[in-house]
Amino acid sequence: MAVNVISPGLSTTVQDLGRPGYYHLGIPISGGMDRYALRAANMLVGNDEGAAVLEAVFLGPELEFTAATTVAVTGGDLPPRLNGTEMPGWEAFPVKAGDRLTFGYLKGGARTCIAVSGGIDVPVTLGSRSTYTLGALGGHEGRALKAGDWLPMGVGKPAKGMVPHNLRRGPGNPAELRMLPGLYWHRITAEAGKRFFADTWKVAPEADRIGYRFRGGTALDFVPREPPFGAGSNPSNIVDACYPYGSVQVPGGTEPIVLHRDAVSGGGYMMLGCVISADMDLIGQLQPHAPARFVEVTMDQALAARADRQAALARVRAHLGR
Amino acid sequence: MAQLHSPLPGTFYRSSSPDKPPFKADGDAVAVGEVIGLIEVMKSFHEVKAEVAGANIRFAADNEEPVMAGAVLAEVD
Repeated sequence: MAVNVISPGLSTTVQDLGRPGYYHLGIPISGGMDRYALRAANMLVGNDEGAAVLEAVFLGPELEFTAATTVAVTGGDLPPRLNGTEMPGWEAFPVKAGDRLTFGYLKGGARTCIAVSGGIDVPVTLGSRSTYTLGALGGHEGRALKAGDWLPMGVGKPAKGMVPHNLRRGPGNPAELRMLPGLYWHRITAEAGKRFFADTWKVAPEADRIGYRFRGGTALDFVPREPPFGAGSNPSNIVDACYPYGSVQVPGGTEPIVLHRDAVSGGGYMMLGCVISADMDLIGQLQPHAPARFVEVTMDQALAARADRQAALARVRAHLGR
Repeated sequence: MAQLHSPLPGTFYRSSSPDKPPFKADGDAVAVGEVIGLIEVMKSFHEVKAEVAGANIRFAADNEEPVMAGAVLAEVD
């Protein structure tokens, strides 16, 4: 009962819903970059929504199954192929012992969840099976998969079903990332704040699970100040502070970085606010050079957006009879 | 004629550094497994190796051009 890794893809990791509760100690929440896709993949194969899956980014792995199970592939459009035959995404399909799963070129999105019935049964570390590669923690030996790895599968139950198209989600073009201004927003001028939301930015190629860097917009103008003790002289520096998940820091005032699942927990860059939780999954599906805009919302709008996402998940559950 | 594709989305580079000559010049022959360029993504550079052999390579993507996964980087005869 295992998945053999024939080739690992670019950076395929074991992820579940994450490892909350240790961020104050510097250990990030980790978990799937698109947790809606992760939950849907697990539902499709009959797992608990928080079971561990494989998250592949940009390039799919080649996997061999040593036992019959059910597989579902959701999230970014990395077309699955079973023994060379193209299979649908967002739909459960059975595999037999000896079957090989490969993937075509990425057609859209960035990250793909590969769920197997019973889940990827790596040891639980600090309450989660998620991989935090920088800290060599969790997942399979604390790292991205390598050729020759052997991943135990849990015992699953037969499952089938598909997630209808209207319940799949991906970023638009440009992606619209809703953001609640706050934190150190007062550090920039009103004019700079307007331009920040008006500009269309582009994902920098170095964006990863730690943070998504954007470039191409206008550099920020700061409100003059006397640097507080310990802040440093650059106007984007602050006295060290906690960094929330989703916070938007702008080192040097030039390129915003949205901190994501494997982020550092604190530091000395001012943050303009936070991308709302409802849109963090969209960031996980952005390719390098993808255009994106930040859209200002209020707390009420952010809470309504979160309720919308929860309602979408409830519709997936109802559709699949979970 | 055959096409050489990018396996990854990212930024395409034709040489290993700005002061080095390109891996392949237009018109060169290419063997299977030969490096024809690099793709930069997620803070690392990944070699693009030819999956088919051919003569007279012609690049379709420019140096430092953003590319999608599956994009045609070059053609060979």
